[in-house]
Amino acid sequence: MDFTYTILIPLIPLAIFLLLGINYNKIKPAVSGVIGSLGLFTSLSLSYYTAYQYYFVVGKVDGVYQTFVQKWRWMSFTDTLSIDMGVLIDQISVMMLIVVTTISFVVHLYSRGYMKGDPGYTKFFAFLSLFTFSMLGLVMATNLFQIYIFWELVGVSSFLLIGYYYTKPSAVAAAKKAFIVTRFADLGFLIGILIIGYYVGTFDFMELTSLEGAAITNWASTSFMGLSVITWALILMFMGGAGKSAMFPLHIWLPDAMEGPTPVSALIHAATMVVAGVYLVARLFPMYFFVEDGFALNIVAWVGAISALIAAIIALTQTDIKRVLAFSTMSQIGYMMLALGVSSYEGHDGLGYMASMFHLFTHAMFKALLFLGAGSIIHAVHSNYLQDMGGLRKYLPITHITFLIAALSISGVPGFAGFFSKDEILVAAYEHNKIIYFISVFVAGLTAFYMFRLYFGIFWGKDKTYEHLPHESPKSMTIPLMILAFMSIATGYIHFSEYVTADHQSFEAHLNYPLAAIAVSVGLVGIIIAYIFYKKPSGLPDKVAASFGNLYKWAFHKFYIDEVYMFITKEIIFKRISTPFAWFDKKVVDKSMDLVGDSIVTTSEKIKGLQSGKVQDYAFAFIAGGVVLAMVFIYNWII
Amino acid sequence: MIQGVSIYEILTITTVIFFIGVYGFLTRKNLITMLLSIELILNASAVNFVVINTYLFPENLQGVFFSIFIIAIAAAETALAVAIIINLYKLVASVEVEDTETMKY
Repeated sequence: MDFTYTILIPLIPLAIFLLLGINYNKIKPAVSGVIGSLGLFTSLSLSYYTAYQYYFVVGKVDGVYQTFVQKWRWMSFTDTLSIDMGVLIDQISVMMLIVVTTISFVVHLYSRGYMKGDPGYTKFFAFLSLFTFSMLGLVMATNLFQIYIFWELVGVSSFLLIGYYYTKPSAVAAAKKAFIVTRFADLGFLIGILIIGYYVGTFDFMELTSLEGAAITNWASTSFMGLSVITWALILMFMGGAGKSAMFPLHIWLPDAMEGPTPVSALIHAATMVVAGVYLVARLFPMYFFVEDGFALNIVAWVGAISALIAAIIALTQTDIKRVLAFSTMSQIGYMMLALGVSSYEGHDGLGYMASMFHLFTHAMFKALLFLGAGSIIHAVHSNYLQDMGGLRKYLPITHITFLIAALSISGVPGFAGFFSKDEILVAAYEHNKIIYFISVFVAGLTAFYMFRLYFGIFWGKDKTYEHLPHESPKSMTIPLMILAFMSIATGYIHFSEYVTADHQSFEAHLNYPLAAIAVSVGLVGIIIAYIFYKKPSGLPDKVAASFGNLYKWAFHKFYIDEVYMFITKEIIFKRISTPFAWFDKKVVDKSMDLVGDSIVTTSEKIKGLQSGKVQDYAFAFIAGGVVLAMVFIYNWII
Repeated sequence: MIQGVSIYEILTITTVIFFIGVYGFLTRKNLITMLLSIELILNASAVNFVVINTYLFPENLQGVFFSIFIIAIAAAETALAVAIIINLYKLVASVEVEDTETMKY
């Protein structure tokens, strides 16, 4: 089967980006929205066709899912080390194609309503297409360098879209922060890639993850500071992934990124770009698992677990609904990371891998829905803050129902998509690492609580009087909500272990009823507490917050991680390192260069009188020189 | 070849003419006379070419050709120099070499 046509899936959004971007001033806003959506619909259809072909027709040979690679050599360094461009079709890339095109398409539809009347409407759609192109290129990359190129491209699109309201200083600051933090993390990624290129001699995913490949069989050949260099490379690459996926301690950009338009938050900062780190680890999973007995994978697991916990605690205290959702995203991505981290390679032991991908899939649907719902609410009340909302269920019936579905899904209530994927993660964690399992269960309870704190706070609670009566959003916004609400339930019933596995072979995954019961009851406890606290306005939340004292204050200030970064950069790096360097540069390097320049100036000042401007002086000098030369010549060679 | 006149005499005369030209070029104040001095230098070398050709290599003609070449170049050069001098006169209303000293540091 030839999957070459899949190259069109990213190229169509690229073409639309160029079309809309170049004709930015000529295209009418309404037309640009239609062009963007139609183009993406083409990509979406191609992706679904590819998925059908791959999973049901040609992908599986003798029970093993095949990998289809179509690549073209771009630059070659040695016989084995080259940079290729191409498309790679395997289980996770096809799954990601579905996720990216579906969410992107829904967000396109939604944005046509949400961004209506915005002066930069065409620009917005152009940027959305650029992002979609980059993300699709990222998921289909055939080698580390290609994924790195697209990795930076999604970073740029994210930068452009966060800073979309560029007249707002906070948006500009957030865009810069997101770019700098992820770029700093990507430095680790780049060094990791270069180490792989040097010690393994290939960038190609097929060769890197092949069980007979040099990376996996021969990792122990060179070591550095007690660890194999390959392990170092994997840790550094995970640093890049952690930056992109907002893992602790590189998560500080994600909450600020909520300055962007809400559809952007739904697309980039909830469903697609932020899972790039998870995707990277999944892509290199055999390396993470086999090199040095999974040392790097253990780090992934613990970073995921810590991020999930910290983010969930911070989410309890935030009052900006988009920030709560941002921390919730970080927490859920932590889940995905820890699921990968506790996974093994073969058969049912690879449950964590499958659970991680499953959760990525369902999370994309319900988190995009939550963000789009939040967008609809913000659209109605013109505020991001929880205290400006209350009793909205009467005004926004469709948003209310869809938001409730998403909240139930993320809280892991049986019957909804989040329940199935979260259950698999908890089973995987239980089987491999009990401490991480307890953290995950605790986080599940916190998740249910803060989601229903939002839900009750927004749609129930006190009946506020609004200046402008809130009204339900137009159809262009509610239909995407309904599509995603359907997906947030339906995707849970896909037998993921059939389609996406670490060793490319299907296995049977069953619900583990005792563990599911524990998780569900913890979730229900969270929901009930939220119900008691926020269903009716009461002083209870404040009292409980006060009883936690400093812990509450710490969580409210996001554990002062931003301040720690500010302290490190301003007080230590700028003051103690950069300032002396700047002094050295100014006083020593520049001064010595100035000295050269100055001495030339003074010398030339002194001898410039020789240039009199008189023709005859020059002629005399010329003739005198000629005579002297002639005399030397005659004296030496003739006499 | 002139009967009774040796190559040394002619070369002496051309050397004298050459250095008269050089002296004139270095000392005259008027641009036109400086131009005349250059013509003297050129003529001295043209005569040298013919004389050396005729006296030493009578079977060849390169020296004669070269002197004709010099005459042609000299004519072109004179035309150019006169044009420059006329433009300069329009600019500074003078053909004195002291008035053209602005091109310096």
